This record gives sequence, C-alpha cells and structure tokens, in this order.
Amino acid sequence: MTALSIDGVSVSYGGRDVLNKIVMPLLEDGTVLGILGPNGAGKSTLLRALAGLQPYRGLVHLNGERIEQMPYLKRAGLIGYLPQTLPQATTLISYEAVVSACRAVRPDMRREEVERAVEAVFDQLGIRHLAFQALGKLSGGQRQMVGLAQVLVRGPKLLLLDEPTSALDLRWQLNVIGVISEIVRAKGGICLMALHDINLAMRHCNRLMVLSDAGVLAEGAPAEAITTETLHHAYGVRGRIETCSQGRPYLVTDEVSS
Amino acid sequence: MTEAVIRHDPASDGAPLAVQYRVIFMRRVMWLGVLGIALAVSIVLNVATGPSGMTVGDVVMGLVDPASLDQAQRVILWDVRLPFAMLAVVVGACLGLAGGEMQTALNNPLASPSTLGVMHAATVGASLAIVFNVGALGFPENYAIPIFAFAGAMAAISLIQLLSRTFGATVDTVILFGIATVFAMDAAVSLIQFIANDDSLQQIVFWTMGSVSRATWEKVAIVGIVLAACLPMSLGQMWQMTALRGGEDQARSFGVAVDRLRTLVLIRVSLLTAIAISFTGVIGFVGLVGPHISRLAFGEDHRFYLPGAALAGAFILSAASLVAKSLVPGILIPDGIVTALIGIPLFLALVMTQKRRA
Repeated sequence: MTALSIDGVSVSYGGRDVLNKIVMPLLEDGTVLGILGPNGAGKSTLLRALAGLQPYRGLVHLNGERIEQMPYLKRAGLIGYLPQTLPQATTLISYEAVVSACRAVRPDMRREEVERAVEAVFDQLGIRHLAFQALGKLSGGQRQMVGLAQVLVRGPKLLLLDEPTSALDLRWQLNVIGVISEIVRAKGGICLMALHDINLAMRHCNRLMVLSDAGVLAEGAPAEAITTETLHHAYGVRGRIETCSQGRPYLVTDEVSS
Repeated sequence: MTEAVIRHDPASDGAPLAVQYRVIFMRRVMWLGVLGIALAVSIVLNVATGPSGMTVGDVVMGLVDPASLDQAQRVILWDVRLPFAMLAVVVGACLGLAGGEMQTALNNPLASPSTLGVMHAATVGASLAIVFNVGALGFPENYAIPIFAFAGAMAAISLIQLLSRTFGATVDTVILFGIATVFAMDAAVSLIQFIANDDSLQQIVFWTMGSVSRATWEKVAIVGIVLAACLPMSLGQMWQMTALRGGEDQARSFGVAVDRLRTLVLIRVSLLTAIAISFTGVIGFVGLVGPHISRLAFGEDHRFYLPGAALAGAFILSAASLVAKSLVPGILIPDGIVTALIGIPLFLALVMTQKRRA
C-alpha cells in the first residue's frame, strides 16, 4: 500500500511565497492526481519539493514516514521524478541512459535483472526504435519518452511527472497517459503530474488539484475541481464543461474574462 | 570511428535490446583496443627516436631482452628514453582522465584543467615553491613542487565551485570564472617571475613551457601511482557520472548524491592535474582534446568514456613528445608548445566534424 499526505507545504523564493501552506487529503494507491494551474502557479515547485529537490516548510509523509527524514537511497527507490526539461547536448544513447538509471545507485544489480527491466520499459512505452539513438539527436518529445523510461525502469511507488506530455503529439500523449494510468492501476502506487491540457487531465486523472496564487483553489474529482468559477479565478477565462456524445466531460472556452 | 549516432538496424527489431547492444559494446571494446595499440606504437617510436642510432628492432629486442643490448644502449634505452616516453604516457593519461571527469562534473564540454585555470593555479603554487626554495626547508624536491602545485589547483577548483554555487553553475558562468582565474593566475605568475632571482626565473619559465625531458623512473612511479589510485575510484563512480550526463535533477532523483560526487571528482581532478604537471610543467589542451576524442569514439557511457579519455590523453602526449623530438633534429622543443600547436587545430577539426555530422 502506498499513501501520501501533504500538510502545510510552503516554498519561498527571495521572500515571495510560491507555495503557501498546501494541504491535500490523504492520497492512496491508484490515485492519478493532475495538478493544474496557470503559469507560475507553483506546479513544478510542488513536484520538486516532493522529489526532495527543493527545500520546503511543512510535512509530507509517504507511507507514514516523513520524506525529508528518509534515508537518501530509500527515498530514491520509492520516488520517481521526471523534470520538465531534459539535457540536450549529450551523446549518451537512450539504452545506456535507462541502464544508468538502474545502475547509478545499485551497481551490484545483476546484469540479467537490469536487461529484463530495461527491455520491459522500452516495450511498455513503445520506444524500442529509440534505444540506440543519442539523446542529443532526439526530438523534445522523444527525449521526454526516454526520461519517462528512466523513471519507470526503477519501479517507484510515487511518480512525480512535470508536464510529461508537453512535447508529445496527440498519439503519444494518449499513449503516455494510458501507460501511466495502467501502471498505477495494475501495480499500485500514486502518480502526481503537472499538466496544462485540462481535457487530458479530466479524462485520465481520477483527482485534480488546481493551484492559483500560491494556494489550492480547488481539489477533488474532475467534475468537482473544474468548474466555471475555477476557470475564471485560476485562468481568467470564461468557459463551460460540456458532455460529449460518449458521456465524457470536455472544456469549451468562450473568452477571456473581463 | 564515431558512435555519437548509432545507426539503428530495423532488421534487428526482433532481437532483444540487450543482444543488439552487445554489438555496440564489443565495437567499443575493439576501439579501446585500437587506441591501446596506437599508444603502444607511439611509445615504441618515441623510444626508438633519438641520436644514438638504435633501430626500432633494437628497441623492441632491448625491451624484451635487455641483455641483447650493449651497456651504453641499455642505459640510453632503460634510463633515458623509456622514462621519458613513460612519463609522457602517464602524464597524458592523468590529464585526459582529469579533463574527462571535469567535463562531466561541471556539465561543460569546454572544461579542462587548462581552460578553467586549474593548471595556471598549479603553476602559481609550483612557482612559489621554486622561488621560496621550499626544497631547502626539508621537502624532498620530487614532493615539494607537487604539494604546492596541488594546493594551487585545489584553491582554483574550490574558488570555481564556490562562485558557481553562489552565482549559478551555468555553462557560461563556469567558463567566465575559468577565464578570470586564468588571467588572475597568469598575473600572479608574472609577479612571481618579477621578484624571482635568475635561477628561479629560468626554472619557472622552463616549467611554464612544459616538457617531459626531465623524466626519471621515480617521477614516472609517483605519477603512475596517483593515476593507478584515481582510475579505479573514477570507474567506481562511472554509473553515477553516466546518470549525471542524463540531467542533474534526474540523477538526484535516482539517488545520486550529486554534490558529493562533484566534490570527489574535483578533488581527483586537482590531484591528477597537479601531480601530472608538477614534473613536466604546463601542458595544455591534452585535458581538453582527449575527452573530446573519447566522446566521439565511445559516446558518454563512462565505462568507455573515462578509460578512452585517459588513453587518448596518453596517446596525444606520447605522439606530441615524439614530434617534439623529431621536428628539428638535435633540438627538443618543449612538449607544452607542441601540444598547444597540434591541439588547437585538432580540437577545431573535431568540433567542425561534429557540427557537420549534427
């Protein structure tokens, strides 16, 4: 069982609050939480804080243990983080990049074990054709896929993905979100991902959090979190949630709020 | 020779990735072997080159069976030429390895002991040791200059790290700090030269030109021991460094203690640089060009990249010392001058080749 609680998390840059006392009800196995909000709302900062890459005030417990007090390696084994941008100028090939994600802190891992895990994740994401290409030669979307493979190959229980679909075309967006949802459903665990596409978030996440003005504006099931008021306050946009012919909610934007 | 772009063979789609990767792995092992053979050939040619008239055959026989040479030839081969050739190899390997590690740790392909001022700071340390004749204070000569050069190199690296942490370690800022260090250290060396007496001045000037000509087996052994101690430590962190090439945040999230790794790498870089050049003087560009050759040949999997950088560095300095002996008969041009003259066009050619392939 995996359980994550976030209680009063605050982050400041130069005296300015980027996140102010963020609180989330307990998240449990199978949760795919989409973090939405305008640019600069603190989505990436929250994910970096949870990944242990950003100092913060407040309490975050993973499986009852405070994450900042966990031994470094234990935390790394439980948490997988995909940053928004990945380095471009490297001749490292994708296969080696994914192997290094396994080997970096476990050089003693058996070779067969590593090879099996790497093979499985390349198959799972459908990126075998990228295995022997240099990261520096890949497109932004392809690099994002390899970055995701580096995260998934270690089998973390808490996935923190910062805009994992931002550089992907429609097909790959659906593919990636589908794979992540499937993993969380089948193997347990929790996924928090920052997204900009509200329709994608409403369709594939079972919970949503909308950040605005350094705090949580709305939180809950997609239909509860995304409302006309939320859109107006968070994005300054007039919009509606309609239902398509297949019964799925989708966002229609009308105009910028006056 | 390049593997920066590995051509994917669609026909091999069915084979497991590990099996396909083994082909790349074996190709890289083969290139390491080729580089090793090129180095061995350069050593033999280096040893065979000189005014005594020994042929390559005599040299090879003399190396296998010293008794096959007469006394004079044995002394020339074993006490003069071989230490000379081997000092070039171990110093080149130290500088290549130091440059390779530095480029990874600072995420900067322009980083090297010479471009970031580490070598210049080591020169300041060595110049102080020469001017103040610390050998007379009880330090043995073979250790006084290395200790002072190491202190200078460590000071430069610590300063670069401190400034990078304070102002942000982007590629540009690190290079700017490095350039500032180079100028500051050059000014300091000029000042030391200004106050130095004639003997010290001559030693410092010779030191700044860089040469392996004052080689002895003791010096080869000291540099060799440091290299032998550092290389396994570097290889022990090869996966962490490979992960670092995939992104700093990613590496941290895998559990790599990036700050600790960077500190250890930079201490090793200081040690390798200071020990290497303390017996030869300033030898530039080996630490810059060696890693670039390795990256072109082996990519950035540090299992290959690090030994490749050391081998390439050793080969460059070995070849440069051969050129230094052969260019003008009877005159030994300082190796530092040769490596700079050969290194700069070679480096530019490598960069242009890389750009054309991109």
